[in-house]
Amino acid sequence: MKFDVLVDVSLQRGLLDPQGKAIEDALPTMGWTNVSNVRVGKSFQFVVEAETEADALRVAEDMGHRLLANPVIEDFRVVAVHPAARVTIEDAP
Amino acid sequence: MRPRIGVVTFPGSLDDRDALRAVTCMGGDGVPVWHADTALPDVDAVILPGGFSYGDHLRTGAIARFAPIMDAVREFTAAGRPVVGICNGFQILCEAGLLPGALIRNRSLRFVCRVVSVRVESASSVLTAGLDPGEVLQAPIKHGEGQFVASADELSGIEDEGLVTLRYCAPDGTIDDAHNPNGATNAIAGLRNERGNVVGLMPHPEHAVDPDVGPTGGQPLFASLLERAG
Repeated sequence: MKFDVLVDVSLQRGLLDPQGKAIEDALPTMGWTNVSNVRVGKSFQFVVEAETEADALRVAEDMGHRLLANPVIEDFRVVAVHPAARVTIEDAP
Repeated sequence: MRPRIGVVTFPGSLDDRDALRAVTCMGGDGVPVWHADTALPDVDAVILPGGFSYGDHLRTGAIARFAPIMDAVREFTAAGRPVVGICNGFQILCEAGLLPGALIRNRSLRFVCRVVSVRVESASSVLTAGLDPGEVLQAPIKHGEGQFVASADELSGIEDEGLVTLRYCAPDGTIDDAHNPNGATNAIAGLRNERGNVVGLMPHPEHAVDPDVGPTGGQPLFASLLERAG
Protein backbone atom coordinates (compact mmCIF):
# COMPACT_ATOMS: atom_id res chain seq x y z
CA MET A 1 0.00 0.00 0.00
CA LYS A 2 1.17 3.52 -0.76
CA PHE A 3 1.29 6.38 1.70
CA ASP A 4 1.74 10.10 1.06
CA VAL A 5 4.22 11.50 3.54
CA LEU A 6 5.08 15.07 4.45
CA VAL A 7 8.20 15.88 6.51
CA ASP A 8 9.21 19.35 7.68
CA VAL A 9 12.81 20.25 8.51
CA SER A 10 13.72 23.45 10.32
CA LEU A 11 16.83 25.01 11.81
CA GLN A 12 17.05 24.42 15.55
CA ARG A 13 15.53 27.17 17.67
CA GLY A 14 18.81 28.21 19.22
CA LEU A 15 20.41 28.93 15.86
CA LEU A 16 20.14 32.26 14.12
CA ASP A 17 18.30 31.71 10.84
CA PRO A 18 19.83 34.26 8.43
CA GLN A 19 17.14 33.70 5.77
CA GLY A 20 14.34 34.12 8.29
CA LYS A 21 16.02 37.27 9.59
CA ALA A 22 16.28 38.75 6.08
CA ILE A 23 12.60 38.09 5.44
CA GLU A 24 11.65 39.49 8.85
CA ASP A 25 13.63 42.65 8.15
CA ALA A 26 11.69 43.12 4.88
CA LEU A 27 8.26 42.76 6.47
CA PRO A 28 7.84 46.29 7.91
CA THR A 29 8.55 47.85 4.51
CA MET A 30 5.44 46.06 3.24
CA GLY A 31 3.32 47.10 6.17
CA TRP A 32 3.56 43.99 8.36
CA THR A 33 4.86 45.53 11.56
CA ASN A 34 3.27 42.91 13.81
CA VAL A 35 5.14 39.80 12.58
CA SER A 36 8.23 38.31 14.21
CA ASN A 37 10.15 35.06 14.69
CA VAL A 38 10.27 34.17 11.00
CA ARG A 39 11.98 30.81 10.44
CA VAL A 40 12.65 29.25 7.06
CA GLY A 41 12.61 25.47 6.68
CA LYS A 42 12.27 22.75 4.12
CA SER A 43 9.35 20.55 3.28
CA PHE A 44 9.70 17.05 1.80
CA GLN A 45 6.85 15.19 0.12
CA PHE A 46 7.22 11.59 -0.92
CA VAL A 47 5.37 8.31 -1.31
CA VAL A 48 6.26 5.27 0.82
CA GLU A 49 5.17 1.77 -0.08
CA ALA A 50 4.58 -0.13 3.17
CA GLU A 51 2.25 -2.63 4.81
CA THR A 52 0.81 -0.26 7.38
CA GLU A 53 0.74 3.41 8.25
CA ALA A 54 3.01 2.72 11.23
CA ASP A 55 5.58 1.11 8.92
CA ALA A 56 5.44 4.14 6.61
CA LEU A 57 5.92 6.43 9.61
CA ARG A 58 8.99 4.44 10.69
CA VAL A 59 10.51 4.84 7.23
CA ALA A 60 9.85 8.59 7.29
CA GLU A 61 11.37 8.98 10.76
CA ASP A 62 14.42 6.95 9.76
CA MET A 63 14.87 9.17 6.70
CA GLY A 64 14.50 12.26 8.86
CA HIS A 65 17.17 11.05 11.31
CA ARG A 66 19.69 9.82 8.80
CA LEU A 67 19.30 12.01 5.73
CA LEU A 68 16.69 14.76 5.56
CA ALA A 69 17.87 16.62 8.67
CA ASN A 70 21.35 17.21 10.03
CA PRO A 71 20.86 16.63 13.77
CA VAL A 72 23.63 19.11 14.58
CA ILE A 73 21.64 22.05 13.24
CA GLU A 74 18.15 20.92 12.30
CA ASP A 75 14.98 19.35 13.72
CA PHE A 76 12.49 17.39 11.65
CA ARG A 77 8.85 16.54 12.10
CA VAL A 78 6.75 14.01 10.22
CA VAL A 79 3.74 16.22 9.56
CA ALA A 80 1.48 13.74 7.80
CA VAL A 81 1.27 10.10 6.74
CA HIS A 82 -1.91 9.05 4.99
CA PRO A 83 -2.97 6.60 2.29
CA ALA A 84 -1.90 7.94 -1.10
CA ALA A 85 -4.52 9.64 -3.20
CA ARG A 86 -5.74 7.37 -5.96
CA VAL A 87 -4.91 9.93 -8.66
CA THR A 88 -1.26 10.96 -8.79
CA ILE A 89 0.54 13.40 -11.01
CA GLU A 90 1.97 10.49 -13.02
CA ASP A 91 -1.56 9.27 -13.78
CA ALA A 92 -2.60 12.61 -15.25
CA PRO A 93 -3.16 12.58 -19.01
CA MET B 1 60.19 9.70 -2.37
CA ARG B 2 57.52 12.23 -3.34
CA PRO B 3 54.40 11.78 -1.22
CA ARG B 4 51.31 10.77 -3.18
CA ILE B 5 48.23 12.85 -2.39
CA GLY B 6 44.85 11.66 -3.66
CA VAL B 7 42.31 14.32 -4.63
CA VAL B 8 38.70 13.14 -4.88
CA THR B 9 36.56 14.49 -7.71
CA PHE B 10 32.82 14.45 -6.99
CA PRO B 11 30.20 15.60 -9.50
CA GLY B 12 30.33 19.37 -8.97
CA SER B 13 33.84 19.54 -7.49
CA LEU B 14 35.61 22.68 -8.73
CA ASP B 15 38.96 22.90 -7.01
CA ASP B 16 40.19 19.37 -7.61
CA ARG B 17 42.57 20.46 -10.39
CA ASP B 18 43.97 23.35 -8.35
CA ALA B 19 44.51 20.96 -5.44
CA LEU B 20 46.37 18.51 -7.70
CA ARG B 21 48.46 21.37 -9.08
CA ALA B 22 49.23 22.73 -5.62
CA VAL B 23 50.45 19.29 -4.52
CA THR B 24 52.77 19.17 -7.53
CA CYS B 25 53.98 22.76 -6.94
CA MET B 26 54.85 21.83 -3.36
CA GLY B 27 56.82 18.73 -4.32
CA GLY B 28 54.29 15.92 -4.10
CA ASP B 29 52.49 13.78 -6.65
CA GLY B 30 48.79 14.55 -7.09
CA VAL B 31 46.69 11.45 -7.75
CA PRO B 32 43.18 11.98 -9.14
CA VAL B 33 40.53 9.86 -7.38
CA TRP B 34 37.02 9.32 -8.78
CA HIS B 35 33.96 9.51 -6.50
CA ALA B 36 32.42 6.34 -7.93
CA ASP B 37 35.46 4.19 -7.15
CA THR B 38 35.17 1.96 -4.11
CA ALA B 39 38.88 1.81 -3.24
CA LEU B 40 41.56 4.44 -2.87
CA PRO B 41 44.68 4.12 -5.01
CA ASP B 42 48.04 3.84 -3.23
CA VAL B 43 48.17 7.31 -1.62
CA ASP B 44 49.69 8.82 1.51
CA ALA B 45 46.92 11.37 2.11
CA VAL B 46 43.53 12.35 0.69
CA ILE B 47 42.11 15.78 -0.10
CA LEU B 48 38.38 16.40 -0.45
CA PRO B 49 38.39 19.55 -2.58
CA GLY B 50 36.12 22.58 -2.77
CA GLY B 51 33.18 23.07 -5.08
CA PHE B 52 29.50 22.30 -5.05
CA SER B 53 29.31 18.52 -4.96
CA TYR B 54 25.92 17.25 -6.12
CA GLY B 55 24.81 20.86 -6.58
CA ASP B 56 24.72 21.37 -2.78
CA HIS B 57 21.29 19.72 -2.88
CA LEU B 58 19.62 18.97 0.46
CA ARG B 59 22.57 20.48 2.37
CA THR B 60 26.17 21.18 1.43
CA GLY B 61 28.07 17.90 1.50
CA ALA B 62 24.95 15.90 2.45
CA ILE B 63 24.89 13.74 -0.67
CA ALA B 64 28.65 13.45 -1.19
CA ARG B 65 29.02 11.60 2.08
CA PHE B 66 27.18 8.66 0.45
CA ALA B 67 29.51 8.54 -2.58
CA PRO B 68 31.03 5.06 -3.06
CA ILE B 69 34.57 6.37 -2.39
CA MET B 70 33.57 7.69 1.06
CA ASP B 71 33.62 4.23 2.68
CA ALA B 72 37.25 3.94 1.66
CA VAL B 73 37.95 7.48 2.92
CA ARG B 74 36.33 6.57 6.24
CA GLU B 75 38.56 3.48 6.58
CA PHE B 76 41.59 5.59 5.64
CA THR B 77 40.82 8.07 8.44
CA ALA B 78 40.16 5.24 10.91
CA ALA B 79 43.67 3.96 10.14
CA GLY B 80 45.02 7.36 11.20
CA ARG B 81 45.96 8.45 7.68
CA PRO B 82 45.71 12.15 6.75
CA VAL B 83 42.50 13.49 5.21
CA VAL B 84 41.99 17.19 4.51
CA GLY B 85 38.66 18.71 3.50
CA ILE B 86 38.76 22.16 1.93
CA CYS B 87 35.58 24.27 1.80
CA ASN B 88 33.03 21.82 0.35
CA GLY B 89 35.38 19.09 1.54
CA PHE B 90 35.07 20.50 5.09
CA GLN B 91 31.28 20.47 4.73
CA ILE B 92 31.43 16.84 3.58
CA LEU B 93 33.60 15.83 6.57
CA CYS B 94 31.09 17.43 8.96
CA GLU B 95 28.13 15.76 7.25
CA ALA B 96 29.97 12.44 7.35
CA GLY B 97 30.47 12.84 11.09
CA LEU B 98 34.26 12.77 10.71
CA LEU B 99 34.43 16.28 12.19
CA PRO B 100 32.04 17.85 14.73
CA GLY B 101 29.64 20.69 13.96
CA ALA B 102 28.15 21.93 10.72
CA LEU B 103 28.49 24.77 8.22
CA ILE B 104 25.44 26.90 7.50
CA ARG B 105 24.60 29.97 5.41
CA ASN B 106 26.89 32.96 5.98
CA ARG B 107 25.42 35.35 8.51
CA SER B 108 25.37 38.11 5.85
CA LEU B 109 23.49 35.79 3.45
CA ARG B 110 26.09 36.86 0.87
CA PHE B 111 28.56 34.70 -0.99
CA VAL B 112 31.99 35.89 0.18
CA CYS B 113 34.97 35.78 -2.17
CA ARG B 114 38.16 37.44 -0.95
CA VAL B 115 41.51 36.94 0.70
CA VAL B 116 41.33 36.60 4.48
CA SER B 117 43.81 36.25 7.31
CA VAL B 118 43.70 33.22 9.55
CA ARG B 119 45.62 32.56 12.76
CA VAL B 120 47.10 29.16 13.49
CA GLU B 121 45.59 27.91 16.77
CA SER B 122 46.90 24.37 17.00
CA ALA B 123 49.94 22.65 15.56
CA SER B 124 48.51 19.23 16.42
CA SER B 125 47.16 18.43 12.98
CA VAL B 126 48.58 17.06 9.75
CA LEU B 127 47.96 20.41 8.10
CA THR B 128 49.44 22.71 10.73
CA ALA B 129 52.15 20.52 12.27
CA GLY B 130 54.94 22.62 10.81
CA LEU B 131 53.54 25.93 12.04
CA ASP B 132 53.58 27.86 15.28
CA PRO B 133 50.35 28.80 17.04
CA GLY B 134 49.83 32.53 16.57
CA GLU B 135 51.25 32.54 13.06
CA VAL B 136 49.02 34.43 10.59
CA LEU B 137 48.43 33.16 7.03
CA GLN B 138 46.67 34.71 4.07
CA ALA B 139 44.46 32.63 1.79
CA PRO B 140 41.27 33.17 -0.21
CA ILE B 141 37.80 32.12 0.85
CA LYS B 142 34.88 31.72 -1.56
CA HIS B 143 31.71 30.34 -0.05
CA GLY B 144 28.07 31.04 0.70
CA GLU B 145 27.81 28.51 3.50
CA GLY B 146 30.84 28.77 5.73
CA GLN B 147 29.38 29.79 9.06
CA PHE B 148 30.61 27.14 11.47
CA VAL B 149 28.11 26.18 14.17
CA ALA B 150 27.94 23.44 16.79
CA SER B 151 25.82 22.64 19.80
CA ALA B 152 26.95 24.17 23.10
CA ASP B 153 28.26 20.79 24.30
CA GLU B 154 30.15 20.10 21.09
CA LEU B 155 31.58 23.60 21.09
CA SER B 156 32.97 23.35 24.60
CA GLY B 157 34.45 19.96 23.65
CA ILE B 158 36.05 21.51 20.57
CA GLU B 159 37.56 24.38 22.56
CA ASP B 160 38.58 22.30 25.61
CA GLU B 161 40.42 19.77 23.47
CA GLY B 162 42.02 22.44 21.28
CA LEU B 163 40.50 21.12 18.07
CA VAL B 164 40.40 24.54 16.38
CA THR B 165 43.29 24.72 13.91
CA LEU B 166 42.59 28.11 12.32
CA ARG B 167 40.58 31.22 13.25
CA TYR B 168 39.67 34.19 11.09
CA CYS B 169 41.61 37.23 12.26
CA ALA B 170 42.86 40.70 11.38
CA PRO B 171 46.17 40.83 9.47
CA ASP B 172 47.94 41.39 12.81
CA GLY B 173 46.34 38.29 14.33
CA THR B 174 43.67 40.05 16.40
CA ILE B 175 40.36 38.22 16.46
CA ASP B 176 37.32 40.47 16.16
CA ASP B 177 33.91 40.50 14.55
CA ALA B 178 35.02 42.80 11.72
CA HIS B 179 37.38 40.11 10.44
CA ASN B 180 34.94 37.22 10.70
CA PRO B 181 33.72 36.90 7.09
CA ASN B 182 30.79 34.54 7.65
CA GLY B 183 29.77 34.81 11.30
CA ALA B 184 31.50 31.55 12.23
CA THR B 185 31.15 30.65 15.91
CA ASN B 186 34.34 31.61 17.78
CA ALA B 187 35.74 32.70 14.36
CA ILE B 188 36.43 29.05 13.57
CA ALA B 189 37.93 28.68 10.08
CA GLY B 190 39.49 25.25 10.47
CA LEU B 191 39.05 22.22 12.69
CA ARG B 192 40.74 18.90 13.38
CA ASN B 193 39.64 15.62 14.93
CA GLU B 194 41.10 14.35 18.22
CA ARG B 195 43.87 12.40 16.48
CA GLY B 196 44.73 15.35 14.24
CA ASN B 197 44.71 13.26 11.07
CA VAL B 198 41.41 14.71 9.79
CA VAL B 199 41.31 18.44 9.13
CA GLY B 200 38.66 20.66 7.59
CA LEU B 201 39.01 24.31 6.65
CA MET B 202 37.03 26.92 4.74
CA PRO B 203 39.99 28.93 3.34
CA HIS B 204 41.60 27.56 0.19
CA PRO B 205 45.30 26.71 0.64
CA GLU B 206 45.34 25.19 -2.86
CA HIS B 207 44.72 28.68 -4.32
CA ALA B 208 47.52 30.15 -2.22
CA VAL B 209 50.76 28.41 -3.17
CA ASP B 210 51.83 30.39 -6.25
CA PRO B 211 53.16 33.92 -5.56
CA ASP B 212 52.35 34.87 -9.18
CA VAL B 213 48.64 34.68 -8.57
CA GLY B 214 48.07 35.79 -4.99
CA PRO B 215 48.91 35.16 -1.35
CA THR B 216 51.02 32.17 -0.34
CA GLY B 217 49.42 31.16 2.95
CA GLY B 218 48.79 27.72 1.51
CA GLN B 219 52.49 26.89 1.17
CA PRO B 220 53.26 26.07 4.81
CA LEU B 221 50.00 24.10 5.10
CA PHE B 222 50.81 21.94 2.07
CA ALA B 223 54.41 21.61 3.23
CA SER B 224 53.14 20.29 6.56
CA LEU B 225 50.72 17.88 4.89
CA LEU B 226 53.37 16.55 2.49
CA GLU B 227 55.84 16.04 5.31
CA ARG B 228 53.29 14.23 7.46
CA ALA B 229 52.04 12.15 4.54
CA GLY B 230 55.46 11.09 3.27
